[in-house]
Amino acid sequence: MSQVATVAMTSIRAHVRAIERETRDTFTLTVTPAAGQALRPFAPGQFNMLYAFGVGELPISISGDPEDPDELVYTVRSVGQATHALVSRKPGDAIGIRGPFGTHWPLEAARGKDVLIVAGGIGLAPLRPAIYHVLRRRDDYARLMVLYGARSPRDLLYRKQLAQWARQPDTQVLTTVDYGGLSWRGHVGVVTTLFRCLRPHPAQTVAYVCGPELMMRYVVHQLETRGVPPGDVYVSLERNMKCATGCCGHCQMGPYFVCRDGPIFSYRQVRPWLHKREL
Amino acid sequence: METKELIELLREHAFLERFKPEHVQKFAELAREVRFVRDQIIFREGEECGLFYLILSGRVALEVSAPGCILRVLTLEGGEQLGWSSVLEAGGKHFQARSLEAVRALVFDGARLREACDQDPEFGYALMTQLLQVVAERLQATRLQLMDIYRPRAVKLI
Repeated sequence: MSQVATVAMTSIRAHVRAIERETRDTFTLTVTPAAGQALRPFAPGQFNMLYAFGVGELPISISGDPEDPDELVYTVRSVGQATHALVSRKPGDAIGIRGPFGTHWPLEAARGKDVLIVAGGIGLAPLRPAIYHVLRRRDDYARLMVLYGARSPRDLLYRKQLAQWARQPDTQVLTTVDYGGLSWRGHVGVVTTLFRCLRPHPAQTVAYVCGPELMMRYVVHQLETRGVPPGDVYVSLERNMKCATGCCGHCQMGPYFVCRDGPIFSYRQVRPWLHKREL
Repeated sequence: METKELIELLREHAFLERFKPEHVQKFAELAREVRFVRDQIIFREGEECGLFYLILSGRVALEVSAPGCILRVLTLEGGEQLGWSSVLEAGGKHFQARSLEAVRALVFDGARLREACDQDPEFGYALMTQLLQVVAERLQATRLQLMDIYRPRAVKLI
C-alpha cells in the first residue's frame, strides 16, 4: 500500500472538546487532535470518516470554519447506532478521524457572482463552511442568499447564526418550515416556496444545494426554471460510503464514486444519474 | 387611489409580470387597495368569500382547523396572490387566511374578474394560464410537503 493510501486509511486519534445540542436529535461536536496528532486542513464541503470506537465508522461532513486549524466541527443527527454513539460522547472522549475526503464547493467559480445557498434539514451543515468562507471575503462575491428549510421550527439548525448572517451586508437569509405552529411567525412551506421571494440574476448566480435528494431535485428544477445554468448548480450527494477513497465501490453512482468524485458535483455532471432508479 | 397609481403597483407585482399593458389596465379598473393589521382574519375557512388578492407587502398565513388545533400550512408574502379559487367560482374558502403582520394588498371581486374573462377571451386566457401556474406550483409544493422529506431515517453522509 502506498504511503498516501496508508494515510487515507489510518485514523488519527482526537478528543471531543465540546458537544452542543442543536435540536432534539442533532448535536454539534467540536473535536481537537490528541497529543502528537495533527488535523489536516479541509475545504468547505469535504467530509471526514469518524470512528466511534467499537461501534462503527461514518462519513460526516465538516460543519466548522475551514480557517480554524485547531479544531474540527461536525453536526451529527442521531439516526442509527454509530451516529448515536458519536453524539453520546462526552467532552474528553476519544474518536478516530480519517480524511478529509472528497470534492469541495467550488467557491472560486463563484467569485464576483451571487452565491445562492439552498439547504434542507441537516443539509445546512456541509454548507456552513462555505457561508463562513463567503462572509470572510465579502468583497469577493456579490449577493449571498441563503434559503433554508426544515421540518418544524424546533428542527432549525444554527438559529442564532442564521439571524447573525441575515444582518450582514448584501446577505439575504430566508428560512421556512414544513409544519409551523401558531407561535411560529416565520415562513411555512417547503424550501422551494422561498424562491418566490428571490429575484436571482441567473447568469450571475452560482447555487450550492444540499439536503434530502428529493428536495434537491425540486430545487434544481426551480433553478432551471429561473434560468440558472446546470453547470452553475452544485449539489452534495450521499451514498453508502465505506472506504472514502474510491476503492470499495459501495458508493458508486453511474461512473462516479461519491466519496472520491463527490460528494460535491455540478448538476450538469450528475443529471443523467440522479433520476435513475437503484443508483 | 388613482388608476395611474394602481397601474404602477400592478406592473411591479410578480403575478402580472407577463400581462400585456391593456390587461394590466383592466386589472387596475377592477382593483381597490386594502390593508390589514397584524393578526387580522382576512377570511375564514368555509366562509363565502369571492375576493381575490394580490399581496403588495406583509405576510399572510393560510391555516386549516383540525380537531383541537389550527394548522398553518403555507405563508404568502408580497408579490404573491391569495384566494385564487375566487376567480374560478364562488364558494366556501378551503383555508383561513390571517395576516401575520401589517398587510397591504389589492383586492378584486372574483365575479367581476370572471365577467372580464368572458368579455375578453385573450385576457381570460392570460389570467387562467397565470392562475394555473400558481396552482401547479402550490400542488408541487404540497406534494413535497406531504413526502415529509426531513423525517428521521438512517443516512450515511451528513
